[in-house]
Amino acid sequence: MSGTFERIPWWRDRRVVPWIVQAVVGLVLLLVISLLVGNLVRNLTGAGLLLSWRWLGQPASFDVAESLIPFDASMPYWRALLVGLVNSLRVIVVGLVGATLLGTAVGMASFSSNGLLRRLARVYVEVIRNIPLLLQLLFWYFVVFLALPNGTAAFQLPGVVVSKSGLYLAWFAQGFSWQGPELVNGVWQAPLRLSVEFTALLTGLITYSGAFIAEVVRGGIASVPQGQWEAATSLGLHWSASMRSVVLPQALRVIVPGLNSQYISLAKNSALAVAVGYVDLYSVSETTLNQTGRALEVFLLLLGSYLIIDLLISAVMNGVNQLVQIRER
Amino acid sequence: MQPSPRWLLALPLLLAFALGGCADDSGSGGGVQSVKLSTIRGRGKLVCGVDGKLPGFSFLGPDGTYSGLDADTCRAVAAAVLGDPAKVEFRDLNSSERFAALASGEVDMLARNTTMTLSRDSAGGNGISFGPTTFYDGQGVMVPVASGATTLQDLDGKPICVESGTTTELNLADRMREQGISYTPLKFQTGDQTYAAYLGGRCVAVTSDRSQLAAKRSSFPNPDQHTLLPVVMSKEPLTPASVNGDPAWADAMRWTVFALFQAEELGITKANVAAKVAEAKANTNQADLRRFLGVEGDFGKQLGLPADFVPKTIAAVGNYGEIFERNVGTGSPLKLERAENRLWTEGGLIYSPPFR
Amino acid sequence: MTALPPGSATTPPLRPASPAPPSVQRSWAGVLRQELFASRGDGLVSALLILLILASAVGLLRWAFGQAQWAVIQVNTTLFAVGRYPIEQQWRLWLLVVLVAALSGLSWGLLRAFPRADRSGELWPFNDRLAVALLGFLAAWLPAALALGFPLQVRWWAITGLLVAMRWIAGHWGRSWPPRLLKLVPLSWPLLYLLGMVLIAGGLGMSQVSPSNWGGLLLTLLMASFAILLSFPIGVVVALGRRSDLPLLRWSSVLYIEFIRGAPLITLLFLGQNILGYMLPGGWAPDRVWRAAWVLTFFCGAYLAEAVRAGLSAVPPGQLEAARSLGLSMPQALQRVVLPQALRIALPAAVGQFISLLQDTTLLSLIGLLDLLGTARTVMANPEFLGKNAEVYLTLAVLFWCCCAALGLGSRALERRLDPTHSPA
Repeated sequence: MSGTFERIPWWRDRRVVPWIVQAVVGLVLLLVISLLVGNLVRNLTGAGLLLSWRWLGQPASFDVAESLIPFDASMPYWRALLVGLVNSLRVIVVGLVGATLLGTAVGMASFSSNGLLRRLARVYVEVIRNIPLLLQLLFWYFVVFLALPNGTAAFQLPGVVVSKSGLYLAWFAQGFSWQGPELVNGVWQAPLRLSVEFTALLTGLITYSGAFIAEVVRGGIASVPQGQWEAATSLGLHWSASMRSVVLPQALRVIVPGLNSQYISLAKNSALAVAVGYVDLYSVSETTLNQTGRALEVFLLLLGSYLIIDLLISAVMNGVNQLVQIRER
Repeated sequence: MQPSPRWLLALPLLLAFALGGCADDSGSGGGVQSVKLSTIRGRGKLVCGVDGKLPGFSFLGPDGTYSGLDADTCRAVAAAVLGDPAKVEFRDLNSSERFAALASGEVDMLARNTTMTLSRDSAGGNGISFGPTTFYDGQGVMVPVASGATTLQDLDGKPICVESGTTTELNLADRMREQGISYTPLKFQTGDQTYAAYLGGRCVAVTSDRSQLAAKRSSFPNPDQHTLLPVVMSKEPLTPASVNGDPAWADAMRWTVFALFQAEELGITKANVAAKVAEAKANTNQADLRRFLGVEGDFGKQLGLPADFVPKTIAAVGNYGEIFERNVGTGSPLKLERAENRLWTEGGLIYSPPFR
Repeated sequence: MTALPPGSATTPPLRPASPAPPSVQRSWAGVLRQELFASRGDGLVSALLILLILASAVGLLRWAFGQAQWAVIQVNTTLFAVGRYPIEQQWRLWLLVVLVAALSGLSWGLLRAFPRADRSGELWPFNDRLAVALLGFLAAWLPAALALGFPLQVRWWAITGLLVAMRWIAGHWGRSWPPRLLKLVPLSWPLLYLLGMVLIAGGLGMSQVSPSNWGGLLLTLLMASFAILLSFPIGVVVALGRRSDLPLLRWSSVLYIEFIRGAPLITLLFLGQNILGYMLPGGWAPDRVWRAAWVLTFFCGAYLAEAVRAGLSAVPPGQLEAARSLGLSMPQALQRVVLPQALRIALPAAVGQFISLLQDTTLLSLIGLLDLLGTARTVMANPEFLGKNAEVYLTLAVLFWCCCAALGLGSRALERRLDPTHSPA
């Protein structure tokens, strides 16, 4: 890494030194890694837990609370882990949409002509960003959702019922008939039922990521020159129209790359589901570790799954980014 | 953000998956000569994994001290190995982290209301080494009295709270499947959260070991409003454990616990142990007592323990009966009967092999 | 208007509807009208929002002073503060608090006694008076609200008094102190940190207090500060490695960063708790508290590396070339020219990372450590305090909010102080 222009001893020769540096660093890394891996192999062999994937085919013998794909305790571990992955993806996808909507609304509100709305948007962002997400999730679940009433006392809006046992939504029932929630023998029934664990996790993730996305959106809008506003206004466009058709499209160029990292962190944060009893990938993995003792395999599966999720999000967002950039002439 | 560097990470992962395919389940137990006992002696204290939040078994009181049957088991072992029951460092462990903590050597032993099972014991499973069972239990179900449920069938279609990573989670799945009852298992990482969700009304029932349910119920604001269903879903022998591959240490722990049983059988208590030792020293005819109390023979040495480990242990925590009564018995807030946990001489399951 | 870094608090609101020129002095009512009731729609929204805010405020106050039972906090103050730290050893922590208060007061005073050349040399600027008033209020109210015993209350008054007194002394006479003494002050902070570690953990003749007895706020702050301090060098080295021309350095840095950033923190803590023990020779594996601390450190290091890298790439390449052409070696050029600029640019992102690390310490409760949140969950398992979720979680939220907001404010102040282009108004 060092060297100058004159003819000089080898330890300052810029053709030699980089190789020496690399060799030293490589040697140290190799030593450390071989030490770690060597111990790992030795210790795991001793405990009879060396890398193997056969256990994935054995029956899981535990149940999960909610699943989009059929599952019961007689199905193998890989199926249980798949259930966890699907549950994770469900909360991530819905969370991404919700957080984007909320964040965009709040980000736009910070440019509202209404001073109160503007300040509220700031307060929201400052409050949420400075409180740990885990604390917020526990708060949503144990303080808010578990305090909700059940049965007839539940909060009822047209097509929506919020109760301690979950969120009940109107949806298309069999044949395309629209059906709302109804009370049958003191228990709510609805075509679309979200468990309270899912709802609490989703609420927490959306409000948390929403605050960060609001900052990204605000930064994006702020990056659009003031002249654009003025031009839009002088064309006779209203605030909302100029925001929608003039400012936001330009702001998107700045917003989209910022969104990418927020989306990835939302995906990773979804692993905190375990704290509120939602059965996501991490939660199933932990149970699996407990029943099988296969720490390394479970960890590798976890790492691999989140890596794939991250890559997927990045790939999609890069595509979106290109779309947004192309519009620039 | 460029995705390309992240692909790089996928390479080692793929390698691991591929390697795993070739590797075989080799379940060799090891047979490594371990140094746990000398580690404990060198450290000057025993690190004991407990629950810490379970009244009667291991509970951290407001004064910062642990009480309970499991906690006293740890103290007994500390007294046997180190001669001082206070030389224990308690570690609160989740049910889902306890085996890893034991396997990685973070705790020397577990006394954490852990059920002994084949897969936990076997080298090809969790690979831990169980001692003698200190509490014979069975899985039960607690419901609010107001729910009116009296059998498992009454819970059909209802959410049931359960701590994840426990045998109860598996037993629940088995029993419900056998009886064709559908239910929603709500799993939480810790007991706190499980009971918080139950008390919050999120589920209509909570399942765990019957002793644990009784313990928790005793701590509820209104214990009378909760009842245990008259079902026993499983056998739950709660057993202290140490890590596999250290037979000497496992033996020391095992025989310390047996000594607690044997002391009750011989009528040696915390109060009279000193007198009994004196008696044994004076009377050369009481060979059994002399061997047991370490007055003659070298049982302590064979185990790698001091010769007088039995009297030290009993003086520190009392015999098994005393420990039981003090922590979970009819005189304690838990008010549990001895039931299966009586001595074998009284028709129970508590039995020590001969000290010989 | 130019792009503002996200996080800067004072964005002038864009108002497409022609705003009133700022120079015109407007009445209080005029401002209100302009801000809240400029149009019919605005008025409606404002009225709704005001109603909503009033309703929530009334509800919250009624709950806080009526229904809430704060005994759960008051009774467990010690647990929340230091966990199960042995009572007979707690004087060590008090000593540490006293030292920190004294040194903070001293540094604060000196900061004002030696203002930067571009600053007005006011000894007691408005912010400082505000801070002292706030400290006074906290010292008076907090111990009382926590129902601490009288001796404890007196201790807190004395500590606050000490801080303010040191601030006052250093502010007034700091200029006349010998320069050699003044040079010691910045150096004394790392020394104090080391001393603090010794005081907390034991050594130098004091009895050992095992990490499993550390808890509550003590553990949270210790973990966060440990990880922040050690992650900094990691972040700088890895960022340099990632921008290096040497392929081995670059790719190993990339691998490290992407490995850490690709996985949720909880899975890394899982790695630390369940697998690290297998990776080290028997007996080498640190206590699980320290294992978690190292995981946090390496976690934070990867994110910090990205912040520093952004700072490095914002330094014009000409800077390095100029430094090299002056005859500085590569390490010298990096150390003297490039890094100072890069780190200043990276500062806001780095502080943001530290804030999020402080928040991430709550995840320790998921692996069974008794940090603030872990302690809270233990406390709520106590039969006496079952179901006091709202009180406990709200208290923690306020505590975290104050810490993080203070860090954010501090970072902005530091940013202004380090900004070479900043000129006085």
